[in-house]
Amino acid sequence: MSFITRGFSGRSRERDDRLPPGQTLVGDFPVLSAGPTPEVDTAEWEFTIRTESGAVHAWDWEQFMALPIEDVTTDIHCVTHWSKLGTGWRGVSLDTLFEGVDTDYGYTMAHSYGGYTTNVPLEDLLDGKAWVAFEFDGEPLDPEHGGPARLLVPHLYFWKSAKWVRGLEMMEDDEPGFWEQNGYHLHGDPWKEERYW
Amino acid sequence: MSDAATTEARTIGPPVSRVPRAGWHAATVAATRSETPSAARIELDVDGWPGNAAGQHLDIRLTAEDGYTASRSYSIASSGGSTRVVLAVDRVPDGEVSPFLVDVLQAGDMLEVHGPLGAFFVWRPVAEGGSPRPVQLIAGGSGIVPLYAIAQAHADADDPTPFRLLYAVRTPDDVYFGDELAALAAASAPLAIDHVYSRRTPEGWPVPAGRITREALEGFAIPAGERPIVYVCGSTGFVERVADWLIELGHDPRDIRTERFGGT
Repeated sequence: MSFITRGFSGRSRERDDRLPPGQTLVGDFPVLSAGPTPEVDTAEWEFTIRTESGAVHAWDWEQFMALPIEDVTTDIHCVTHWSKLGTGWRGVSLDTLFEGVDTDYGYTMAHSYGGYTTNVPLEDLLDGKAWVAFEFDGEPLDPEHGGPARLLVPHLYFWKSAKWVRGLEMMEDDEPGFWEQNGYHLHGDPWKEERYW
Repeated sequence: MSDAATTEARTIGPPVSRVPRAGWHAATVAATRSETPSAARIELDVDGWPGNAAGQHLDIRLTAEDGYTASRSYSIASSGGSTRVVLAVDRVPDGEVSPFLVDVLQAGDMLEVHGPLGAFFVWRPVAEGGSPRPVQLIAGGSGIVPLYAIAQAHADADDPTPFRLLYAVRTPDDVYFGDELAALAAASAPLAIDHVYSRRTPEGWPVPAGRITREALEGFAIPAGERPIVYVCGSTGFVERVADWLIELGHDPRDIRTERFGGT
């Protein structure tokens, strides 16, 4: 179904082919959160990966900062129809974090400080596709944008890039997290407009 | 991380099964009128709309003659099973879609909507299985839209849950749903309404105009000790400020539900 709305012409005639369908470029950085912004002190921060065997791989802030850090320039796309192109981040690749992790499970649940969760298949996190990022545009990541550290999975809608991330839990099956239970798509590919279920 | 944390996250929202499935629908504009100097109230007749809970939103898609499309999300000011859906849209300066919706759209025009969307920022009457906990609504500017829907649903159900609304606006001219809110305050479902005016107050107002303060919030909001569920909707700056103060005032972060809107 698609039809013309009388009188609507729109403005941005030149369509940037880096923009997925239904998205609009913004200059600012809007915020999508379901609750208050949690305050997370890096002195108490920890990132963990927990596998089916019960093994827990954990990094505190100091250990995390000692890992190889990558500069990432990428486009980001929010389910609420805004996109930013060429954003600059610094973070640790999930490939680095998963180096010593032994798991046969193919799915993860990202857990955040504040209690929120989102599910991401492992294959969407590996092979240079995802990071745990702690800098945006050369500055420490603002709490309202997920600081001190958030997941960065830029090829999926940005709610998958869990703010205030504190860990990944390996899962045998793809189960919905908080956002997905509340109406967002299980996978969230912006190029397929996987916004809602 | 503990299983308890997982369970906790999964019990924050209402059960998924009660949310009508979202889909695309053709909508015809039934009526549109000025809501404030910068906003319009738009009533849509939505073909096949499954109804929506109070607090949900929808996506609008506009298609130009050359096939160009633009999509935006808007909160819904109405709720229930009706296929008549009410929006109130603020004109964003330099926006691409909102000036069209506010200034150009007329009765009889058609557009596409997708929804209803969102299962977290919603409220249901006790009679429909909702929580009996008191409710504090806090709106900044056009953030009143989903909160008005919630207050109206509360009155429509004649729900006994104590409600309080704190509504921050720039001037008295910027109040949305002024007559409707006055009627809700007089209805039998308990609702108290407080206003904060940031730029100009009504004549004879006891305090000068000024942005909302922590003291105002403390004075007007249901105390944390009564364990209200708090819904906050407004600009990102407004929501961040209010939510931080609520936590300082002792509210459990899990009892604070927020909806932030940005530009475009």
